Amino acid sequence: MSKIVINHDICTLCEVCIQSCPFNAMENLNGKIEINSNCKVCSICVKNCPEVAISKVEEALFSVDKSLYKGVLVIGEMRQNELHPVTLELLGKAKELAKKINHPVLCLLYGENPFDAAHLCLSYGADSVYLLTHRELKFFRSDISATLISEALSNLKPSVVLIGATSIGRSLAPRIAATLKTGLTADCTHLDIKADTDLIQRRPAFGGNIMADILTTRHRPQMASVRYKVFNPISEIKHPKGTIKNLPISTAHLLSSINLLQIHHQSITDSITEAKRIIVAGVGVSDSEGLKLIHELADLLQASVAYTRPLIEKGLASYTHQIGLSGRTVQPELLITVGVSGSIQFIAGMEHSEHIIAINTDPNADIMKVAHMGVVGNAYDILPQWIDALKEGAYRV
Amino acid sequence: MKIIVFIKQVPATQDVKIDPKTGSLMRWAASTKMNPFDLVALEAALRLKDSEGAHITVITMGPPQAKAVLIEALALGADDAVLISDKAFAGADVLATSHTLVYGIQCLKSPFDLYLCGQQTTDGDTAQVGPSIAALLNIPHVSFVKQLSNERNTVIVQSVSNDDHILAQVKKPCLLTIDKDFAQARYPSYWRLKETQALPIKTLTFSDMKDPDTINHIGQAGSPTSVLRIFPPQHSVVSKRLDGNTQDIVSGLVNYLKEEHLIERISHE
Ligand SMILES: Cc1cc2nc3c(=O)[nH]c(=O)nc-3n(C[C@H](O)[C@H](O)[C@H](O)COP(=O)(O)OP(=O)(O)OC[C@H]3O[C@@H](n4cnc5c(N)ncnc54)[C@H](O)[C@@H]3O)c2cc1C
Ligand SMILES: Nc1ncnc2c1ncn2[C@@H]1O[C@H](COP(=O)(O)O)[C@@H](O)[C@H]1O
Repeated sequence: MSKIVINHDICTLCEVCIQSCPFNAMENLNGKIEINSNCKVCSICVKNCPEVAISKVEEALFSVDKSLYKGVLVIGEMRQNELHPVTLELLGKAKELAKKINHPVLCLLYGENPFDAAHLCLSYGADSVYLLTHRELKFFRSDISATLISEALSNLKPSVVLIGATSIGRSLAPRIAATLKTGLTADCTHLDIKADTDLIQRRPAFGGNIMADILTTRHRPQMASVRYKVFNPISEIKHPKGTIKNLPISTAHLLSSINLLQIHHQSITDSITEAKRIIVAGVGVSDSEGLKLIHELADLLQASVAYTRPLIEKGLASYTHQIGLSGRTVQPELLITVGVSGSIQFIAGMEHSEHIIAINTDPNADIMKVAHMGVVGNAYDILPQWIDALKEGAYRV
Repeated sequence: MKIIVFIKQVPATQDVKIDPKTGSLMRWAASTKMNPFDLVALEAALRLKDSEGAHITVITMGPPQAKAVLIEALALGADDAVLISDKAFAGADVLATSHTLVYGIQCLKSPFDLYLCGQQTTDGDTAQVGPSIAALLNIPHVSFVKQLSNERNTVIVQSVSNDDHILAQVKKPCLLTIDKDFAQARYPSYWRLKETQALPIKTLTFSDMKDPDTINHIGQAGSPTSVLRIFPPQHSVVSKRLDGNTQDIVSGLVNYLKEEHLIERISHE
């Protein structure tokens, strides 16, 4: 636990701290530097103060006894009676983390009929699967789902809880975290764990080109949400040894204030999440000529077309075709970006793709740092010739 | 009907860059605006006000400058505005922000029928504050609401959840996070903007919060998460490069696809 303290006796009011603070958290109020509520305790002012008048002080605060919490738990997600594949990806990561701290991998499933799904979870790394099953849990409703899961977590006492950042997960996870009064880090792109069981949660932060490592040091469980297609499942275990156990449900907890009137299931065909090959158009090719070339190339390579956020904001396609932090995360076998600069938010959505080709006029564009093949050149010259070459060579994809 | 809308001031540009040598950041905060998703949430409230009458309160936690977004909301048609501001709130994460906003609402001493949040902020981008507030208030919530109509004791909402379109009836009071596709937000009128500059804005500070337990739930002390370090992105990809004349580039691309078995020449036997 830390905060920033200013020694006003040393401070010369040079205001270097005010200049260097990225969050506008420092102010000169009547000849005194004060810190306002924007402060993220990033310590940049501490580093920059020429007078060494600013320091970060650790305060002893209440902290839980971490040794009472055991296990890396994945909250699985059911869509009707099928398991959402993000669950298996999270189990893969959970296994890796659990091994480092010698904890078991746990899985919590809720729904009407999660029995087949529970066996699947055992085959993908869970040591124990706990079930909350009831007719009333067939469809997600924020109030009862969160109450039941929070109660289960209070009893199971896992150290780490991972949950898929699907639309249900995004609604459910913060509600559970607030109920349990613990920390939750959204949309983590990397996870690691320290020997003292503190989870290192990495994500792009503060709306800029920076990454942050975030810890939950005084509370348990530590909760993190992760997008679909960020991690990979382990390969299936043939004869899993884990156990499945039903958790009791008190009927009082099944009373919801939400009455579902109608549910329309739509298939995910309009989304790029499952595409094997993707071509991404960025601002560099956002005119009609550029987009025509993109679509032509996509047809030849049997790829889907996706976009960066500025193009979605222009209304070129529905947001299900946006890649990035506030769009979809993808992991195709081939991803080609054209005229995309590679902002941190964009890269967070595609960096795990198998083969990345980037075409950009700027050799120093950030996208070149994640591309397996960085192509420096003008898309309007390259694409037409590439299209011709593919046509002439008669290739099969 | 009494509606409260949670709004936040965010940076107007996204250019935060970190200097890899000094570790310091180039600042962005010179210009700010209302979180665009909160404009949509406010629009949802204004439409209910237009069609059947409602009293709309807007609330924000932020530095004194955040007043600007409250004034904008008043100009758009909100009825009153509350600023929660105190350096005691510094360093708040999702949980501490939600606690602070809930303490603020308790200070207002008038319960609301409907609590509306934006889908997410453009700077924090977590979409967590809304459901977290709902949990602390112990009221139901629905995220990503695309349509909304008011009934006697309930609201009927249409929302999207993964691939399902859901129609649900939710008892009031409840909290809704409004999907960005809900509606196009309106613009404030010039005159209304001039008039509202002078309107009083209620300001709450830490000392207004009477609950003695408050101190443990706000600011850094009330934030379970903390930032260990920030750093520029690092990547460990071994990249190949293609540059020079277009012809070489194109044959390089075709070869790469072949080598990686992403395309195959159709054989002519
Ligand atoms: C919280 C937050 C979340 C965000 N989420 C997302 C997200 O999910 N997805 C997303 O995409 N963005 C997101 N953004 C926006 C992101 O920061 C960038 O603004 C955006 O990704 C830039 O898109 P771009 O690369 O297409 O455009 P630019 O950054 O404008 O890049 C265009 C590139 O095209 C190149 N170029 C120009 N002409 C040519 C040519 N003829 N041939 C080849 N190359 C050319 C240029 O060199 C340049 O590198 C988010 C931002 C924030 C703050
Ligand atoms: N400081 C704040 N003051 C008021 N409302 C907020 C604040 N932070 C977040 N919110 C609300 O919570 C929503 C989600 O924010 P976030 O979890 O940061 O993505 C926003 O759209 C706002 O409606």
